[in-house]
Amino acid sequence: MINVFGRSIGAPSHLTRLVLLSALSVALMMLDHRGHHLEKIRAGLNTLAYPIQLIAATPAYVVGGLADFFTTRGTLRVDNEKLLAERQALLARLQQFEALEQENQRLRQLLVSAAQVADKAIAAELVEVSAEPFTRKVVVAKGARNGVYVGQSVIDAHGIMGQVTQVASDVSRVTLITDAGHAIPVLNNRSGLRALVFGTGNPDTVKVPYLTANADIQEGDLLVSSGMGGTFPPGYPVARVTKIVNDPNEAFLSITAKPAAQLNHGKQVLLIWRGIVPTKSGGKSK
Amino acid sequence: MRLGPDGRRRATLIGTFAAAIILAIMPFPVWAEPFRPDWVGLVLIYWCLAIPDRVSVGTGWLLGFIQDILFGSLLGSNALAKTLVAFLAVRLHLQLRMFPRWQQAVSVLGLLVVNQLLVLWIRGAIGQAPDTFSYWTPSIVGALLWPWLFVILRDLRRRGGIA
Repeated sequence: MINVFGRSIGAPSHLTRLVLLSALSVALMMLDHRGHHLEKIRAGLNTLAYPIQLIAATPAYVVGGLADFFTTRGTLRVDNEKLLAERQALLARLQQFEALEQENQRLRQLLVSAAQVADKAIAAELVEVSAEPFTRKVVVAKGARNGVYVGQSVIDAHGIMGQVTQVASDVSRVTLITDAGHAIPVLNNRSGLRALVFGTGNPDTVKVPYLTANADIQEGDLLVSSGMGGTFPPGYPVARVTKIVNDPNEAFLSITAKPAAQLNHGKQVLLIWRGIVPTKSGGKSK
Repeated sequence: MRLGPDGRRRATLIGTFAAAIILAIMPFPVWAEPFRPDWVGLVLIYWCLAIPDRVSVGTGWLLGFIQDILFGSLLGSNALAKTLVAFLAVRLHLQLRMFPRWQQAVSVLGLLVVNQLLVLWIRGAIGQAPDTFSYWTPSIVGALLWPWLFVILRDLRRRGGIA
């Protein structure tokens, strides 16, 4: 009870509190969305949230651990054989890789463009928690302490998964390319056509809008990252076109594609650091 | 551990809310995600109906804020939605308590839809609205679960000694 001018005033009514708290929420949203003033606070809050996330993830870890424990020898042997065969095939393809890389480097020097060195990557474990319903985000157990930064690209063995959007000291949150708020610039690997791949919020489809009926794109085409905009490194697989619908009533084609990366299973991701160094002769002109 | 009656009351309240929050972020297979109800919203509505003088708008805001942090969503979006839901639940608690169970479930569906609609608007405003119809299934699942959840929470409330 507060005493103002001899009259005692009780706790504010529900309506008053509703108005005040709504105003506070709106202010928070503005700050968070517009000015990114809350980045520091957000990082702190994410650090606080990490233990809760670990608690929520524990049952899944226990079940997964038990499943691993009871894997039979037969399964392990089959897995091992499969992996050895895969390794053979990959090594065979790698034989030419170094020669090709050298050649590529020389050609780039002739063209006086920035030399590309291999991107550096570290593996990060996924923390198994759900994001807000109908958003596509995952939490990985690497943070600012490991050098992770906002905007960093995240890939798996098959293609680009998404980019880091929030970083705390030991965890960070990755927005996947299927999230409804995500877009990534791509090239059609077959024709060189440039396009954008947008997330839809569905777990296994993305869309490719703004292409007209005469665009050189077919079902089955592989879309790779173009590197435009500078967020994603060029040349990584993003998605494969699954369906093209040409409705004459619409200005653009309706194209759906399937992400190349395995976004919904897998326990590990790779965080990559771009490996571009300018050559001696060029790369400073900008 | 022995708790006094006050401690037991507090433990019951905090325990149910904590369980709801954990259930909300527990890993779920992607295909099953549309069928996960809004546990936090349901538990909040229950306590707003049962003890509106202790659990109301402020609790709603706090729970929404915690959700925002754990979900990584726009800070304040779930907070705003939960504040409004708590307000409506407290406003209507006298009528809702009188309703037969199925009618109560329908009203809860209304409250959950208001919550989702508000979140959808906010996400639409920043260009992140999902374009699937299954966005609404959590509310329907939540309303279907309401009669059972109500019984469970009522038992917990009595055991916790909350009048």
